[in-house]
Amino acid sequence: MRGANAALGAAGLAAFLALGEAVPRLGLVGEDHFPPTSRIAEALGAEVTDGAFWTALGDTLTGWALGLAIAVGAGIVVGVLVSVVPYLREATASTIEFLRPIPSVALIPLAVLLYGTELGSVLLLVVYAAFWQVLIQVLYGVQDVDPVAEETARSYGLGAWARIRYVLWPTALPYVMTGVRLAAAVALILAVTAELVIGAPGLGARIAVAQTSQAVPEMYALIVVTGLLGLLINVGARTVERRALAWHQSVRGEVAV
Amino acid sequence: MLDVRGLRKVYEGSGRRTEAVRDLTFTVAAGELVCLVGPSGCGKTTLLKCVGGLLEPTAGEVFLAGRKVDGPPPGMAFVFQEYGRSLFPWMRVGQNVELPLKQKDLSRSRRRELVADALASVGLADAAGAYPWQLSGGMQQRVAIARALAYEPEVLLMDEPFAAVDAQTRADLEDLVRRLWRERGITVLFVTHDIDEAVYLGERVIVLSASPTVVREQLKVDLPDERDQLTTRVAPRFAELRTHVYEQIQAAKRGAGPVRKDTPPPR
Repeated sequence: MRGANAALGAAGLAAFLALGEAVPRLGLVGEDHFPPTSRIAEALGAEVTDGAFWTALGDTLTGWALGLAIAVGAGIVVGVLVSVVPYLREATASTIEFLRPIPSVALIPLAVLLYGTELGSVLLLVVYAAFWQVLIQVLYGVQDVDPVAEETARSYGLGAWARIRYVLWPTALPYVMTGVRLAAAVALILAVTAELVIGAPGLGARIAVAQTSQAVPEMYALIVVTGLLGLLINVGARTVERRALAWHQSVRGEVAV
Repeated sequence: MLDVRGLRKVYEGSGRRTEAVRDLTFTVAAGELVCLVGPSGCGKTTLLKCVGGLLEPTAGEVFLAGRKVDGPPPGMAFVFQEYGRSLFPWMRVGQNVELPLKQKDLSRSRRRELVADALASVGLADAAGAYPWQLSGGMQQRVAIARALAYEPEVLLMDEPFAAVDAQTRADLEDLVRRLWRERGITVLFVTHDIDEAVYLGERVIVLSASPTVVREQLKVDLPDERDQLTTRVAPRFAELRTHVYEQIQAAKRGAGPVRKDTPPPR
């Protein structure tokens, strides 16, 4: 079943690539704006041999990883604190609901004012977008603590810190993992956006350069690279999730009793 | 060992005021196995949580070995009815049993020893590496009992621990509790809604009234120490005792009759 699905998936992808080759060749769309698959592949091959491409890729990944790490760390710490300290959740709920929907791209002018085209601009946008994803999931996750589990921990004299470590954190972990996976995807989008719009060094800036210099196949090749990055990030996040949550019913599957 | 004096618990919330427990006074001697039985909804769980320091009583006091209980005391272990939620699914059986010991000042080797010993006493010596959800319901409740044993409590509180397992498993677990109680000399306070279970297990049965709860009767169970599922349950004395408790519970449900205390039924 799994093999059949993989074969179907590969066939679908091949058909898509063939369509991308045929449609411009047949003159159905302008080849200037929609180069055939083979020319994009050619451009991709040229990119891969270019040192500047790898520097740009490294810059994008640095902004992504650093921003994501800050957002995840801050999201978890703030989320647990807000949930554990009495009345803090009620006091912050409306502020969070106000700040959360602000689109991160709306902060681009502020980022430029503060950091220009430095890494700081990318980080500001990435952290702002990814932080809320993690925070909201942590807040939900902490609420999910089973009262019986909590009472069990209390009856055995576990202190506040031990209860956070052994009960609250494992309960919230599935939610945290979902938050991290969503945040990882959003962080990549914002990293590329920041580079594209502000001109901070990275794949986004390289896409902008390719566009202004009419290097259309190169532009597509770079877009393909960002797509592949997103795919890899999602697969990686899911693998980490499965490993960390082997005990969880969503992962462990049916068990014979 | 355990001294409950004038315990009262009133829940207040959303405009409703519910008096779950009105006035409970009883004692449990060291090494005694006492069963609390009452009509459903009579506040048995509330009472046990107050005794265990998990709930703050509205009035009255609980003393454990002379010390007032104002929070879960170190010498007390709790076995909950909902074993599936009381065991942590993210920890293996051995880790579940060991976790409470980490709060005590014990060496790692001593902790391992206690865990292995407790699991062996409940017949699950080779399950330490499994996750709780890989075990059957009865085995999970045994793990919860092992966790309580490893904690080496003076008093073991059990809140309808076998209400969610099938009848055969239940009989096995009842014998397990009797055996562990006799082997280890722990004081056990066992809450149940099952009259037969209360009479079969207990040295003494405390019958509670309907809510708001008071002690309706305390009954000494004069069955032999050696009990087993086959002979004890068909013994004439067992039938007399269970009939007596049953009548008391029925009367409690009707809310009728005077509250008698400490009167063993005539032979």
